[in-house]
Amino acid sequence: MDAILILLLALPAAGIIGLYLAPRELAGRIGAGVGALTFLASLVLLPLFDYKHPGVMQGQLNVSWVPDFDLRFHVGIDGLSLPLLLLTTLLSALCLLYDAKKTARDGSGRAYTALLLLLEIGMIGTFVSLDLLLFFIFFEIVLFPMYGLISRWGAESPAGARQRAATKFILYTLLGSAVMLLGFLLIHAKTGTFDMTVLDARHGAGMTSSVQAAAFLLVGLGFAVKTPMWPLHTWLPDAHTSAPTSGSVLLAGVLLKMGTYGFIRIGIGMVPLGAHRFALALGAFGVVGIVYGALACLAQIRQGGDFKRLVAYSSIGHMGFVLLGIATLTSVGIDGAVFASVAHGLITGLLFFLAGGFKERLGTTDLFTLGRGLYERARRYGVLLVFAAVASLGLPGLAGFWGEAYAMIGAVDPASGLSSLGFHILLVGAGLGMVLTAAYLLSVVRRVCMGVPGDAVPDLHYPPMTDLTPRELVTWTPLAGLTLAAGLWPALVLALAHPAVQHLLQGAR
Amino acid sequence: MTSSASPGVLGAAQSIDYVALLPVLIVAGGALAVLVADLFLDQKGKRLLSWGTAVILLAALAADIGLWVTRTAVPRQTFCLPAPTGSTGSSGSNAAQQATALCSFSADNFSLALQILAIGATLLVVLMAPRDFRAPFGEYHFLVLCSLTGALVLVAARDFITLTVALETLSLPAFALVGFGRHGNQDAPGTSGEAALKFFLMSIASTAIMLFGISLVYGTSGSVYFGAVQRAAAQLSGYQGTVFAVAAVLTLAGFAFKVSAVPFHFWTPEVYSGAPVPIAAYLSVVSKSAGFAGLILAFDLAFRSYLHDLGVLIAVLAAVTMTVGNLIALRQRQAVRLLAWSTVAQAGYILVPLAVTQWNGTHFTLNTVVGANSLGPAVAASVAYLILYAVMNLGAFAVVSALSSEGDGDLTQYQGISRRRPRAAFPLAFFLLCLAGLPPGVMGLFAKVAVFKAAVSGDMVWLAVIMAVNVVIALYYYLRWAALLFAQPAAAPAEATAVPAPTSTLATARPVSIPLAPRLAVGLALALAVVLSVYPNPALDVLNLH
Repeated sequence: MDAILILLLALPAAGIIGLYLAPRELAGRIGAGVGALTFLASLVLLPLFDYKHPGVMQGQLNVSWVPDFDLRFHVGIDGLSLPLLLLTTLLSALCLLYDAKKTARDGSGRAYTALLLLLEIGMIGTFVSLDLLLFFIFFEIVLFPMYGLISRWGAESPAGARQRAATKFILYTLLGSAVMLLGFLLIHAKTGTFDMTVLDARHGAGMTSSVQAAAFLLVGLGFAVKTPMWPLHTWLPDAHTSAPTSGSVLLAGVLLKMGTYGFIRIGIGMVPLGAHRFALALGAFGVVGIVYGALACLAQIRQGGDFKRLVAYSSIGHMGFVLLGIATLTSVGIDGAVFASVAHGLITGLLFFLAGGFKERLGTTDLFTLGRGLYERARRYGVLLVFAAVASLGLPGLAGFWGEAYAMIGAVDPASGLSSLGFHILLVGAGLGMVLTAAYLLSVVRRVCMGVPGDAVPDLHYPPMTDLTPRELVTWTPLAGLTLAAGLWPALVLALAHPAVQHLLQGAR
Repeated sequence: MTSSASPGVLGAAQSIDYVALLPVLIVAGGALAVLVADLFLDQKGKRLLSWGTAVILLAALAADIGLWVTRTAVPRQTFCLPAPTGSTGSSGSNAAQQATALCSFSADNFSLALQILAIGATLLVVLMAPRDFRAPFGEYHFLVLCSLTGALVLVAARDFITLTVALETLSLPAFALVGFGRHGNQDAPGTSGEAALKFFLMSIASTAIMLFGISLVYGTSGSVYFGAVQRAAAQLSGYQGTVFAVAAVLTLAGFAFKVSAVPFHFWTPEVYSGAPVPIAAYLSVVSKSAGFAGLILAFDLAFRSYLHDLGVLIAVLAAVTMTVGNLIALRQRQAVRLLAWSTVAQAGYILVPLAVTQWNGTHFTLNTVVGANSLGPAVAASVAYLILYAVMNLGAFAVVSALSSEGDGDLTQYQGISRRRPRAAFPLAFFLLCLAGLPPGVMGLFAKVAVFKAAVSGDMVWLAVIMAVNVVIALYYYLRWAALLFAQPAAAPAEATAVPAPTSTLATARPVSIPLAPRLAVGLALALAVVLSVYPNPALDVLNLH
């Protein structure tokens, strides 16, 4: 099993070398092939995984790398990281496949594909690392490729805008992760180890309450920027608006989860007293994010409102639910947070793919220029958009529902020592946000999908839309299928995540 | 102990360990050989002098590596004071006696590592001279080797007199070397002559301040040997203690100039941009490392017992240096000037561990140390950073130097260069990411982690937070430059498309080839950077081994 984990990191790396050696024209195909292979390799983990003990780290490999820093190449997976790992390889494979044709035409396909593969290494590495310093290195690896994707291959509109967005993204996240590194070093200074399994087992033992609070604050700042938590979210809408489609999909689908994963694994698992101290504040920021994200989305439904930007703001809202779930420090809340993370990756990935499809066909993602009557103009496209929208608003039976419902159930009865009243007030805010979420998503559906197409009205001429191409069908329907599957059978994720969460939570009680 | 032995005894008993001196002797002898060879070579033959110098440096490097491999727990020391007569007859172990002896020159881990660093760096500097390098080759290489001799002695010096003499040997040729730069005109008024003069005057002033400080050190402690000063300083009290502290601060000022710490940094951008680019690289790595070595030796060996009080001063110096350096670097439009300010900022990072006086609660500066091998984990972090910084900074300078004959060194010159010169663009981007400390430049990340770790372990979280903010500021300008390399070329695309057959423009756009030596310099730096990114242990282990 550890061999598979290494393979998951080695395959994209080999792909990058292959890109360098192979002719330019093959870049897209190599990328797609490597993406698919990596995904298949990650599927091999499923039969190998010991489902009786999902709370235990499996497939561990532990080799010393830099003894002076106590840095070890220590990887492994448990029930918490496995779903996120599979999400990563799936989305990466889909993105690489989706771009395979486009990059073949473009002369710069090699660099583009190489950056996507480097991004994949960083994302996979983050979820399998069991050493805080190694985690940090992988956490940092994703920054440069994402910066490159946004600044070089981003939206064409204003030239300076995407450069600014890329710079904002990388400076924000680097500030967060630099502070996070200080938190890790503080933990190491007090406990003498970077080993995440050891620190998890200790549940903060060896650190005083104030040290844990300081460590949680430092570490949490890094994750809060990444998640992103309101008010540290301002890089996100710009980055999404400017990023190319695959960049957006991976940014929303995986990169944000690195923040929530860190909160759960490191924040709650290793410095539980610190998490306990700041739980209510974390929840409050999360709920503000829910309401703020929904209001910002509503504000996008206007002339000149951007569909990609809307999806980006909706991510802030969804991540708010995840933060609320984490803040309850209950197993049901954190189960919900994990589930919502995975669900958001599937649904928002799909939404960004759809936005990219608009961009490719019509050259815009402006909600009002897209035109009405998508059902008429491109039936299957419209149906898929509606499916993604209702999944995103949390329709029961689809993946978007369970995570947010669990997070709210967790908030009804937060962990002992946390203010019930405070969480009940937060619950009201979250409920309001849910209603607003439904409002803006349904407005989008009404605005874009419904109505009569331009031909029926003499003075309106909406551009024609081609329906889903086979390539899009292949890359997008797996996301829709998994959204449905996870919605109908939430145990798909929860059976894995729940024991791992239980294990992490032992210290918080 | 504090009173030195009489000169007669000193002269009679000193034996010289020529093996320990071998690298220094090779470089010094090589300098003379280059100067003599220059007399007998015609214009064409002088071109070969750089390769000859490279061979000399390789020989010295081999000697140093040999010393490193064969080193023992008790380092080779030479120019030692004879042991006090009372203890010679005793049966105390010879090794322990040798370790505590007062010697002027010590080839311990610290010295050997920094000597290897200095020689290797100079090798890259010699190789990186661009195609149209106009300096008189004989004098140029002679002066480089002379200056290097000073650096090699400085890092191994264990008394203040040797230290000062070595520092001057390092500096004096550098003034002349700076003067070899291109001469300005009305458009670019800064001439290399002006830069050299500025460098000279400021250097002299700082040396004077430092010498005054050293004289006070001798006056209060009664010795110039670091080991003796350390022991004497621990007993100082009252008025003498105050004088000693003042002396330490004055000495600090002298080294702060060498490492271009704020507020002694004003010479840096002028001198770097006025000097030939390889000499700027030399100043930023060899001269700066030597300055840091002197600072470490003076503070962590001689003034160790006062470090506890001086630590805050160094911490403030570090914070101000990195912040000023980074903020001004943000506004630079010239490649060399940007690197100059970035080296100021990097000096701030290197200073951080030197301000640390405790390690996870243990005040390690309170114990006496006998040699530079046991200076503790904080100093090890600084030395590790110096080594890693040398590689990435030399790499960046090597690319800038190789391309310096193609344009005016403005950052716009680098726009879209990845199409024309991928072998310059990719390494430069990698070095810049290393300097920024962002993966895939993992080497730079390790360097930053070492410093952060020292600050956090030393209970200086405030300094670590300031540094974290600075790392982010620095990322902005490194990344802007790196992104520029891969941007669309600026060269008037409208014209190129308007003319159907612009064969002539294409021909002129075709860049002249870069000579072998600079290619070699970039390649060596890149290879080292990649290796150290995967396996940084050699750099980190220098002071931790035994």
